[in-house]
Amino acid sequence: MSLSKAILFAAVALLPITGAARAQNATEIQLSYKDKKFDPAEISAPANTPIVIKLKNLDGKAMEFESKTLKVEKVVAGSSDATINVRAQKPGRYEFFDEYNEKVARGALVVK
Amino acid sequence: MIAALIIVFREVFEAGLIVGIVLAVTRTVSHRNRWIGGGVIAGVLAACLVAVFAGALSNLFAGMGQELFNALILIIAVVMLTWHNVWMARHGSELAGELRAAGQAVVEGSKSLLALAVVVGVAVLREGSEVVLFLYGVVAGSDDSALSVGLGGFIGLLLGALVCVLTYAGLVRIPARKLFAVTTVLIALLAAGMAAQAASFLEKANLLTALNNVVWDSAWLLSDTSIPGKALHTLIGYTDQPTAMQLVVYAAVLAVTFVLMRMYGGPVKTAAVARG
Repeated sequence: MSLSKAILFAAVALLPITGAARAQNATEIQLSYKDKKFDPAEISAPANTPIVIKLKNLDGKAMEFESKTLKVEKVVAGSSDATINVRAQKPGRYEFFDEYNEKVARGALVVK
Repeated sequence: MIAALIIVFREVFEAGLIVGIVLAVTRTVSHRNRWIGGGVIAGVLAACLVAVFAGALSNLFAGMGQELFNALILIIAVVMLTWHNVWMARHGSELAGELRAAGQAVVEGSKSLLALAVVVGVAVLREGSEVVLFLYGVVAGSDDSALSVGLGGFIGLLLGALVCVLTYAGLVRIPARKLFAVTTVLIALLAAGMAAQAASFLEKANLLTALNNVVWDSAWLLSDTSIPGKALHTLIGYTDQPTAMQLVVYAAVLAVTFVLMRMYGGPVKTAAVARG
């Protein structure tokens, strides 16, 4: 067990070294969610820069913000906020949705 | 109802695969049902707990609590899986040997079972908390018919259990002599995939920014959100847009497993691995 523990400690110890380098030049976007609707339903961001989506879930129940193309999946508890980091993207239209209401609760991020 | 079925099935699918593999791995170990059952129950309870505190968890570490939590439990699972492989390389033959005193085998088997029970618990916890949140939302809300959604969720859960049974049934068809080699490889790939996934969570939390360029995009060929893609994602860690860091972590875990098995594996078992 000692060796496996050593690996775990090594992995955890490496974290702070690589951390907190990015984030300054990220594009921040505000987004809210209520009654199975995203507001605004379409958001945009410049290409090739990291994006931070600040999502406010105004509904009383939890939702799961998901985008297959952006590789994002995040549970947001009822009446709470979430920060979603998205890596720099190429120009294009990226759809996102609430996984619990996939058919109706949809929106898109347009990267230009 | 169908929507609920799909959501629940999608979540329990991965846990079903992992539990099936663990059941096959521990086929010859006595008392394994108690341990694995315990792992599942602990996972379900922990999932409920995580669901209840989802908001608080999310707000930790500047809103990155969820990502760090996921990365942490994945790392625990990786350590447990790797430890199991190394342990089996050393003791596997003794355990299978009939000459071994039964009592001793049970005691030694328990150590490895604990590691695998943790893996099962972690798999259930990760997928389970989302199911709990979803079903709770439905029950709490008045807009949908709770009964029909509940039924859909239940069928989704049954289908997940079916995945588990099929995985187990498929694996135990492999002759016992070769099963060890097959499950060793399966567990090593499972661990490497989970480690890469942990790296991806740390990348999402902006904690791991080195080598975060996407190396390839094979979504056109096989999306990792499709069912076959998801199965490969769980089994071997397939991702359609891996970053360089994820690939490095993946390769490193495989290399570490190989080296540790070589270092700690007894001479008998080294031969068995080479044969597979």
